[in-house]
Amino acid sequence: MMVEALQGVLQGVFGAAFPLVWTLLKIVLIIAPLLLVVAYLTFWERKVIGWMQVRIGPNRVGPWGLIQPIADGLKLLFKEVVIPTGCDRAVFLLAPVFAFAPALAAWAVIPFNDTLVLANINASLLYIMSITSVGVYGIILSGWASNSKYAFLGGMRSAAQMISYEIAMGLALVVVLMVSNSLNLGDIVRAQSQGYFADKGLAFLSWNWLPLLPMFIVYLVSIVAETNRAPFDLAEGESEIVGFHVEYSGMAFAVFFLAEYANMILVSSLAAILFLGGWLSPFGFLPDGILWLFLKIAAVLFIFLWVRATFPRYRYDQIMRLGWKVFIPVCLIWLVVIGVWMMSPLNIWK
Amino acid sequence: MEFRTFVFYFLSAILVIAGLRVITARNPVRAALYLVLAFFTASGVWILLQAEFLAIALVLVYVGAVMVLFLFVVMMLDINIDRLREGFWRYLPLGSIIALLMVSEMALVLGGNYLGLFETSVEQAGAEHSNVQAVGRLMFTDYVYPFELASVVLLVGIVAAVALTQRERRKNKSVSPSQQVFVKARDRVRVLQMPAEKRD
Repeated sequence: MMVEALQGVLQGVFGAAFPLVWTLLKIVLIIAPLLLVVAYLTFWERKVIGWMQVRIGPNRVGPWGLIQPIADGLKLLFKEVVIPTGCDRAVFLLAPVFAFAPALAAWAVIPFNDTLVLANINASLLYIMSITSVGVYGIILSGWASNSKYAFLGGMRSAAQMISYEIAMGLALVVVLMVSNSLNLGDIVRAQSQGYFADKGLAFLSWNWLPLLPMFIVYLVSIVAETNRAPFDLAEGESEIVGFHVEYSGMAFAVFFLAEYANMILVSSLAAILFLGGWLSPFGFLPDGILWLFLKIAAVLFIFLWVRATFPRYRYDQIMRLGWKVFIPVCLIWLVVIGVWMMSPLNIWK
Repeated sequence: MEFRTFVFYFLSAILVIAGLRVITARNPVRAALYLVLAFFTASGVWILLQAEFLAIALVLVYVGAVMVLFLFVVMMLDINIDRLREGFWRYLPLGSIIALLMVSEMALVLGGNYLGLFETSVEQAGAEHSNVQAVGRLMFTDYVYPFELASVVLLVGIVAAVALTQRERRKNKSVSPSQQVFVKARDRVRVLQMPAEKRD
């Protein structure tokens, strides 16, 4: 009722431009909470890693340190953006935008529940893969435009890493869309709501993670490498190697930082939708809802932080070996296994 | 003017400008970036034509992979613009003949509808029509042999690329990671038990 009343008022005010205004309003409703979550994810990360290392974490600014991310943001905002001499100014300033924008644009097709999605397009999984593949430009352009050989080498390294893991990730997604028989994220979730265990009330055993367990693991590791997070964080391995954003400071650096966290949230929500049943509830007697999706995203995000606090950093050739010589063959073999499984009488995805 | 027409002309204008900048930009990296912009806008035009699968695949393959590798190469080359422009007048006659041929070919293809050369016209499908499914079905029924042939050609390309880069093994002392992962802690570290000593 409230939504309809608001629609009516806006229709009167804007007239022909109403659909545009309405869509913009929906975009703001997605982006604004997302940015807030990005800010508080940094806070949560510092707290969690603090607890894991038997420290307290940030607790000075505001009650329980809750205003810390805002203080950090303000600090970065007031810092000078140093532009190195001899660099390509336009590309230098455009690179952070390239890194950040795809992480936001991809949210257009993420379904929050059965009906709540900004753009319900047929090929939404393909759209997400293509939009997120643009993010690598931020890295290689920032490395090149900085006019510094260290940043340039760092950019090359990170870009090669992202492209390598994109292949393994893409193959894992191919297996998911094979069993769901659709490229639409909503249909992929709905395909997970049926099965032997779902009929028995144990819906969480019918989600894609169990029959596609090797792909789920490949996907989980690949998204950590894809977002340049520890233990694959050579992009900012501050103790032994420098990354593509060494020449960035102030807000320009902060945008890279925000892009990393926004990407983390995006790939976590994809993991929740593709493998963990999206908005579906784990047990038959509990209702489905958007809260389940948020809970699953939070769980995957926690794995990101947990992994960062636990594992030492990989060496670069080890990262490349894991991507090309372990994950891609595993994906290719599992692709054939699933294909044969679906053609056999034991097919469980009907 | 209809909104669709406006979007079409808007994207086309960007596309034409980006295409022109690809050949006029002095900096090769910038030229490659304009090419990326051209691809991206072209995919927008294709979406207007309701070819959403082709549009997304264009971004995924060309913008997301091909141009990234292209940029890798361009960034690492030491390109001297003046040396590159040296033979401009010498090559102009040959270049203009090729350009003229290409323009006339394009005019024939694009103008074919108006000149009445083709009998078929592009049919419009509804919004519910799934492009991906249609392309996939055609690919594995009517066009299965050309498709398999194309994949074999691609495989030959991959094998050729690997053969070109792997002609000789590099002689360095790096240890293969696949052997490294089998190292046990007890091969490297020995923990000694010692009685506590008292110093006086």
